[in-house]
Amino acid sequence: MLTATNISFRVGAKPLISDTSISFAAAKLHLIIGPNGAGKSTLVKVLARFLRPQTGKVEYQGADVHQAGEADLAKRRAVLSQAIDVAFPLTVREVVMMGRYPHFAGRPSAVDQSIVDEVMDHMDVTEFSQRDYQTLSGGERQRVNFARVLAQLWNDGQSNDSKPCRYLFLDEPLTFLDIRHQIDFMKKIRTFADAPDIVTVGVVHDLNLAAQFADHIVLLNEGKVVANGTAADVLTKERIEQVFGVTPTFVPTGHSHSHIVFN
Amino acid sequence: MTKRSSSRQALLLVLAVVTLIVLAASIRFGAIDFSITQITSALGSLLPGHPEATLDQRIFLELRLPRAVLCLLVGASLGVGGTLMQALFRNPIVEPGLVGTSTGAAFGSAVFFVLGGVFHIGVSLWSLPVAACAGGIISTYLVFMLARSRENARASIVMLLLTGLAVNALFTSGIGFLSYIARDPQARSITFWTLGTLSGASWRAVEIVTVSTAAGILLALHYAKQLNALMIGEEEATYLGVNVNRLKWIILSVNVVIVAIATAFTGVISFVGLIVPHILRILGGADNRFLIVGSALTGATLLTLADLMARLVIRPAELPIGILTSAVGVPVFILLLRRRQYVF
Repeated sequence: MLTATNISFRVGAKPLISDTSISFAAAKLHLIIGPNGAGKSTLVKVLARFLRPQTGKVEYQGADVHQAGEADLAKRRAVLSQAIDVAFPLTVREVVMMGRYPHFAGRPSAVDQSIVDEVMDHMDVTEFSQRDYQTLSGGERQRVNFARVLAQLWNDGQSNDSKPCRYLFLDEPLTFLDIRHQIDFMKKIRTFADAPDIVTVGVVHDLNLAAQFADHIVLLNEGKVVANGTAADVLTKERIEQVFGVTPTFVPTGHSHSHIVFN
Repeated sequence: MTKRSSSRQALLLVLAVVTLIVLAASIRFGAIDFSITQITSALGSLLPGHPEATLDQRIFLELRLPRAVLCLLVGASLGVGGTLMQALFRNPIVEPGLVGTSTGAAFGSAVFFVLGGVFHIGVSLWSLPVAACAGGIISTYLVFMLARSRENARASIVMLLLTGLAVNALFTSGIGFLSYIARDPQARSITFWTLGTLSGASWRAVEIVTVSTAAGILLALHYAKQLNALMIGEEEATYLGVNVNRLKWIILSVNVVIVAIATAFTGVISFVGLIVPHILRILGGADNRFLIVGSALTGATLLTLADLMARLVIRPAELPIGILTSAVGVPVFILLLRRRQYVF
């Protein structure tokens, strides 16, 4: 369980997040949507403890996240950002192995090695294993980074009972991906988020993908949570018009959600 | 991974062997050559119960040998310094000489030489290295403070290099001023300082530089994994549990201290720190655990080769070593710039 209470974050005089309270439960996929400049990325950075809010607090299972040690937090909190550049020639495997850095001191253990094998397989990047990361396309890089982030949170096989929750944040994870990989990514995120001890919070732009995959949608506008709930609750015609400034039409798909078309 | 890491270990072993071979050549050849029998008998004279060393043996033990060892240590310091700076700035064209560290350290040493004599400041074992460190810290700090733009707290590489150019010019003219007001013997040593030379090597210098180099390399290795994480960005490194600000300060301090202390005894030797990590990345990739050890060995080897050339080219006289490293380093630097493979 992740709880943010009355958080505000501003840069200079400009508020990016204004007095917002929100909580995220484990085993559910939460997706944040909102127009450009709504404060989506900022919110994720505050929740993931990259930014410290000027007021309010962020708690992981009731413990203030700013009291936790960096190294300890890195074992259970991972963030997938967009467009990661590597300054020097590193192989794909070396990049994925970085996800295990918080878990070993000197050299990676056999467990770390096999987790890296597993996540690379899971993300279909095993064939690039020895390629230089710099030579990959944007979409391939994104898959490698997702593998790295999964490696960071991957279950190392030890008993789960006493372990604290794991926290996965995704800041526009679908950037640079073609439609097949977008769907594939969302399915993998969906599966990962189903684990009982994982809190997952992501930012996406595509309202239809959000509606299709999220358990819980958070609509953000001007640094405030406008609506928060299931797709059917949140994505109403009035709200979309008001927040995004476009008029939607809902086309029934035969599934639980309808497809949104913009006029 | 395992294949790559074992080939890296093999590479490091080869580099270590090459370093030893070059060291052997360095103690054998010079203004006068020593035969292997002379070398062993000179070393033998150190053992208790052996006859007093002859003049030749003393030249070997008190000039040649400390010079060769100092050269290894300084080369290692400069190589590691370059690796650390490049890792910190995520850019392969940064080196300690370009951000003012070396010139500042040389200026600190020059102040010590000229004014220390005038004011009779206590000349203890550590006063020269301390003066050099102070100079190095001031100049490096100046470069970073001035290169920071108002909007963006992070210094851009272009700003950093241009500011480094200006600060280098300032401290070089400071050194010029000191040599202008200095009385003759001091002035001569200052000139050599700006060009770089190992001719002042002594066992005392070796002792001090051994401490700084060894401590610097060990600390750097301790942070190698965190420096690796920094390669994918400061934000990502933070998510991997790295305290980026603390890491920056530690690495910058290690770099300033090892480079400044090396510079205190040899003057400004440029471009070693630039070239060495680059060669190694081509050979074995960018993992900093490999780069730090490798750049210590390769820096030591390259500087020893340069020193050997400096002693042999116009023997029995010798060239300042900084002239040689610049002659090789400048074309490499320009080549790197022109490849434009890197984002500025």
